[in-house]
Amino acid sequence: MSTLQPAGPSAQASAWLWWGMFAFFGFVLMALVLLWLHALRRDPGQVSDREAQRQQNRWVVGGGLILPILSISVVLVVGIALGQRMLALPLAEGEPLRIEVTAHQWWWEVRYPDTGVVLKDKLHIPAGQPVDLHLISKDVVHSFWVPRLAGKMDMFPGRTNVLRLEADVPGTYHGMCSEFCGVGHARMHFTVEAHTPAEFEAWLQQEQAND
Amino acid sequence: MTNRTNQPAEELHQELERVWGNQPGWRAGSAVNHTTVGLRFLVTGLGFFLVGGLLAMLVRTQLALPEQDIIGPELYNQLFTMHGTVMMFLFAIPVLEGAAMYLIPKMIGTRDLVFPRLSALGYYCYLFGGLIILSSLVLQIAPDAGWFMYTPLSNAEFSPGEGPDFWLLGITFVEISAISAGVELVVSILRTRANGMALNKMPIFCWYILAMALMIIFGFPPLILGSILLELERAAGWVFFDVAGGGDPLLWQHLFWLFGHPEVYIIFLPAAGIVSTLIPVFAQRPLVGYRWIVLAIIVMGFISFGLWVHHMFTVGIPQLALAFFSIASMLVAIPTAIQIFAWLATLWIGKVAFRLPMLWVCGFLMVFVAGGLTGVMLALVPFNWQVHDTHFVVAHMHYVLVGGMLFPLVAGFYYWLPHVSGRMPSDTLGRWGFWLFFGGFNMTFLLMHLTGLLGMPRRVYTYDAEMGWGWLNLLSSVGGFVMAIGVAVIILDITLHFRFGRKAECNPWNADTLEWATPMPASAYNFASLPDIDTRHPMWEHPDLPHTIEQGHHGLGEVMYERRDIFGSDAITGRVREVIHLPTNSWLPLQTAAVIAVVCVSLLVKAYTVALIALCGVLFFALRWSWHNGAHPVASPWREDDPVDPPLHSRTFDGPGLWGMVVSLMANGTLYVSLLFGWFYLWTAAPQWSMPAQAPISLWSLLASGTALVLAVVVYRRGVAQLRNGSDAPLQGALWLATGLGALHVGLLVWVLISAPLAPGDLAHDAVLTVMLYYLLLHGSLASILTALQALRVRIGYVSLRLPYEPVVVQPFWIYTLGVFWMSFAAFVVLPMVWGAG
Repeated sequence: MSTLQPAGPSAQASAWLWWGMFAFFGFVLMALVLLWLHALRRDPGQVSDREAQRQQNRWVVGGGLILPILSISVVLVVGIALGQRMLALPLAEGEPLRIEVTAHQWWWEVRYPDTGVVLKDKLHIPAGQPVDLHLISKDVVHSFWVPRLAGKMDMFPGRTNVLRLEADVPGTYHGMCSEFCGVGHARMHFTVEAHTPAEFEAWLQQEQAND
Repeated sequence: MTNRTNQPAEELHQELERVWGNQPGWRAGSAVNHTTVGLRFLVTGLGFFLVGGLLAMLVRTQLALPEQDIIGPELYNQLFTMHGTVMMFLFAIPVLEGAAMYLIPKMIGTRDLVFPRLSALGYYCYLFGGLIILSSLVLQIAPDAGWFMYTPLSNAEFSPGEGPDFWLLGITFVEISAISAGVELVVSILRTRANGMALNKMPIFCWYILAMALMIIFGFPPLILGSILLELERAAGWVFFDVAGGGDPLLWQHLFWLFGHPEVYIIFLPAAGIVSTLIPVFAQRPLVGYRWIVLAIIVMGFISFGLWVHHMFTVGIPQLALAFFSIASMLVAIPTAIQIFAWLATLWIGKVAFRLPMLWVCGFLMVFVAGGLTGVMLALVPFNWQVHDTHFVVAHMHYVLVGGMLFPLVAGFYYWLPHVSGRMPSDTLGRWGFWLFFGGFNMTFLLMHLTGLLGMPRRVYTYDAEMGWGWLNLLSSVGGFVMAIGVAVIILDITLHFRFGRKAECNPWNADTLEWATPMPASAYNFASLPDIDTRHPMWEHPDLPHTIEQGHHGLGEVMYERRDIFGSDAITGRVREVIHLPTNSWLPLQTAAVIAVVCVSLLVKAYTVALIALCGVLFFALRWSWHNGAHPVASPWREDDPVDPPLHSRTFDGPGLWGMVVSLMANGTLYVSLLFGWFYLWTAAPQWSMPAQAPISLWSLLASGTALVLAVVVYRRGVAQLRNGSDAPLQGALWLATGLGALHVGLLVWVLISAPLAPGDLAHDAVLTVMLYYLLLHGSLASILTALQALRVRIGYVSLRLPYEPVVVQPFWIYTLGVFWMSFAAFVVLPMVWGAG
């Protein structure tokens, strides 16, 4: 269930952002702490008022204005660009597979609208293609999260949210409810099975026949 | 402005102690003195901190190993909910309020806060409210829906027990203390500073507290409104957050976070104020960039009200909103960085004396900046979507809260301890405490970032072994115990120092601010005479101040008529304008708080008749309180030789009461604007919003009521205007007439309410309208009652041309009532009509 072992494009983008920000901000923190410690030990001798004013401008403007503005700009430019890819925007061609997930206290109702297949606590998806999950809750607020594949989306009564999910390769991916929803919250797990498109079709036919 | 009396210093001291001191023994319950009340807040807050810490230890014990069953989910949910609730509402805010109440009058060179009975009321509301909330834990029916109580989980259907009601009613009770502290600190800082202490000569700590107090005024009311609405939904079935009927659970989230985000800056700013105060002292030079920091504080105060949606990035809001709140949340790093680098610059060009408080300041820097940086990470939406609601956020918030508030608080404790006790804190034991706490804290929470990145959600009572989170949780839990030991060592250290600490000499840290000019421990009156101030660093530039103050060489260096006198000053220049006479010890705060507690408890157990009677009791005590004011014999009756230059505040047109009224109305107005926000939000966004075909409210009756209100205000204002022009003959008549018109307005409103076919239990539309009508009714009634009392006081002689103070204070209330009435008319009645017709 690790966000640091991404298995889909959305989670991958998020992981890159994490490592980039971790490296950059880690460096900033370390530099600041070292400067602070040095400042503590430093004996500046006599400092004239003019000199004090100069130092003030250097530190406050350089560190208090320029550093954060530059850092924030970099983070936002990279982040917004990568974030765009995570949204459930219309595809260049075709439509993503649509699956409806309804959250209950404390289980997941999964419905394939085209074929009428209904599952409990489990999703099957084709790998390598975007899938749009239409999320709603039957009772309290829940949240749908498969960390290795994508970010999370909250599920509300009365309104539907859409989350785009895509797995790079076939496999089993674990998911958990991520909005506190009562005594069963910690046990509200589910799994996502990703198949090759051919295997997925086969599975879907099989399920339909069984119903 | 100096009074040179020939009274020896010792005699002056005795007289002042007698007038300003508390009553002995159990009668100290009537104390209103800010030093006493501030210390009570601090001690009580620390008590609640220990409770919150204990709850955390239980949580960490349960999470230490996978699939444990020491604590089941029902109890666990109560534990983590109460941990957050106790720490945020019963520890963080009150402790900082207490520190501010203790320090502010001393720093601005005066003897008490400007509304002493309000301080005492705040304390008792905090104490009783806190005990009520804790009692739920003892009874094992504590709230268990998380400290931010999201609906629908917290509504009557999904949380049918009393738990959430304890939260909603108890916290609102405690918030009276926050709002009252906010009002008091704003007015005190603006109107009671030492002569000559202009705004730009004020200690930087006062700027931080001024910002904090204003943020409380604007930040708490959305939560108060939300709590009222949710409690109405739970107890009376009215529709606000329920989708069927036109409500929306997201409205709760908006109202909560509109409070919740400013709340954390309300917590951070005073702590940053402590850091800004300590660093110049230990660097032995003035703070670099005073003006930059003031600007940063103001900007931070404003920006923090525009960030709240960053707690809701995963609810499905539009892209534009995501981008806006993401950028805004990152921008707040700028004023933060300005402060950090100003501190760094001060240390850089100063020669630092590294004493125990500085150790804690260093801890603050490392921990808080780390937390702030993870905050910038969280502000980036794509990353947020992965780590929201995981232990990464738990780690982040503890870094900023513990780093940004607790570390500076402990630094402040060690720094001001000599002021409270007259003894110096230790060194060795203190350092042990620091390292244990610092090490334990990082052990608990540093790795927790990884725990969240590895996928562990928040608020789970256990987790499967296969997840691979076991070793991280175990280390975090061990770290928690180390932290607890650190806390124990610090408490031991502070307790022991009261007995064994070396006696402190005057101004032991060689600080620059005025609080160090008082005796140590502080006397009941702070300063035997009130000095003029011409610099930001009075104690550095006039080191003989403690002596000259004690000798009575400065202002108000004598006691007149056993009265508690302080100076009132101009808000910007600090020039003295009046002598403010303050109330002495009083049981009214305790009595009022006790009756409010009865209201709270009776609502909890659903004994509504008792609640109604107790509410009348509250009104009785509140009005009695307002009666014992001004020229009433208990307060400051008119005397021939009353001072005239400067005059007593109750003989002028612009005293602290007027300012207090206006600031309170700002809080009230924020509550009303939150209601408007809720109305427009539900109208535009609620999934199943519906309006009845026929508007339920009778337009003409409402217009008639509004007309009566307009006339009442016109009459009232004319009465006050004539008073200003030097004539008080028509005053009583005007006041009675205004009362009558007000009563007519209220009567017509009651008619509107009774005759309207409102169904608040079915439609959110009707529920909001009903709340609006009751709100108008409450204000119209209060305005009329207050005016009737004023008319009575004119008749008795407490209000007149030479005692014009009070009608001026009530006037803004009438104007507010008028404004709110017509705004409601426009937003709730006219707009739907026009919209529907179009």
